[in-house]
Amino acid sequence: MAAELHVELVAADRSVWSGEATLVIARTTSGDIGVMPGHQPLLGVLESGPVTIRTSEGDTVVAAVHGGFISFADNKLSLLAEIAELADEIDAQRAERALERAKSESDAAAERRADVRLRAVAVR
Amino acid sequence: MGAQLRVYKRRIKSVTATKKITKAMEMIAASRIVKAQRQVAASTPYATELTRAVTAVATGSTTNHALTTEAENPTRAAILLITSDRGLAGGYSSNAIKAAEELTERLRGEGKEVDAYIVGRKGVAYYGFRERKVTESWTGFTDNPTYADAKAVAAPLIAAIEKDTAEGGVDELHIVFTEFISMLTQTPVQSRLLPLSLEKAAEESGTKGEILPLFDFEPSAEDVLDALLPRYVESRIYNALLQAAASKHAATRRAMKSATDNAGELIKSLSRLANAARQAEITQEISEIVGGASALADATAGSDK
Repeated sequence: MAAELHVELVAADRSVWSGEATLVIARTTSGDIGVMPGHQPLLGVLESGPVTIRTSEGDTVVAAVHGGFISFADNKLSLLAEIAELADEIDAQRAERALERAKSESDAAAERRADVRLRAVAVR
Repeated sequence: MGAQLRVYKRRIKSVTATKKITKAMEMIAASRIVKAQRQVAASTPYATELTRAVTAVATGSTTNHALTTEAENPTRAAILLITSDRGLAGGYSSNAIKAAEELTERLRGEGKEVDAYIVGRKGVAYYGFRERKVTESWTGFTDNPTYADAKAVAAPLIAAIEKDTAEGGVDELHIVFTEFISMLTQTPVQSRLLPLSLEKAAEESGTKGEILPLFDFEPSAEDVLDALLPRYVESRIYNALLQAAASKHAATRRAMKSATDNAGELIKSLSRLANAARQAEITQEISEIVGGASALADATAGSDK
């Protein structure tokens, strides 16, 4: 069995996902980063973007994360986000509508949020 | 029906109606406590992880950050007071206000100016009535605070602490809220949020004594700290708001329970009085009848002679 790391994906008001994984890819301010078991201790700032978690069962969990942090130590990875949603929870049509609306109102923050959601759904 | 008895009956009816209302409020508050407690529990993982991360950066690097360094001689402090929007919660809001007053006195004694930031209509009304200056206030979400509310509260506070004291910024940030200890105990607490004392933060996250690994910072320790500390403040404020909400519901429940009990007592003593009044009425009627009958009997006996 391949080595595993424990992942906790938590949003400000709930725990979104937790479990064992073999690879986690997240987007930090200085670029995408992939964390595998045994990575050196890391603490980074996350950008809004999709986070991909390859679970030890071979499934892929995708989540849209809006700002936050990634911290890895002792084979435990924590993804802290103000807002985090699993791709399965995202309503693609609603996100599309939100994107249109944000574009027409030129609300940059809302547009980015909707865009991240859609990308997370697309990866799934 | 006698006048006395009618008055008692009417009072019993009105107290019974009040009792029904307070009973309903008690039950609503009880169900809300559970919900609020669940929210506190749900927000805990984020808070602990965040505290861990903050402790890790601050101990693992020698960065000086506006939010962690103590001013040499602090001249202005901000107090964030969390009260409720609505009353009927016993001494809940006034206890929190009292704690804030104490803290204000203490800080003034130390020669600091105090800026007041207030959450909840009760606190705003208290300060407004006394015509005290309130730097900023928020109302309308104390029963069910969301993370967005906490962010809205935190934003001006973080801005104030990042500003120079000479330009109207603050050196310290204190928070006064009611801590939810159990269903029966909620105590107002005053704690200093900023500048952050790292030892306390370590204690809170339960990482005291634990050796933290040497982290690799992405992009740099300063940037990580820059991004982490505001989030930390937000999450502490969010936690305080949630605890305050849970405490408020618990206080309401207790106040309404004692109101219901009092109403029950009142109904009991009023029904005793009503029964006595009814009995007195009956006794009086009987004695009137007996008296009337014997007077009649005396009269007929007299006419027979």
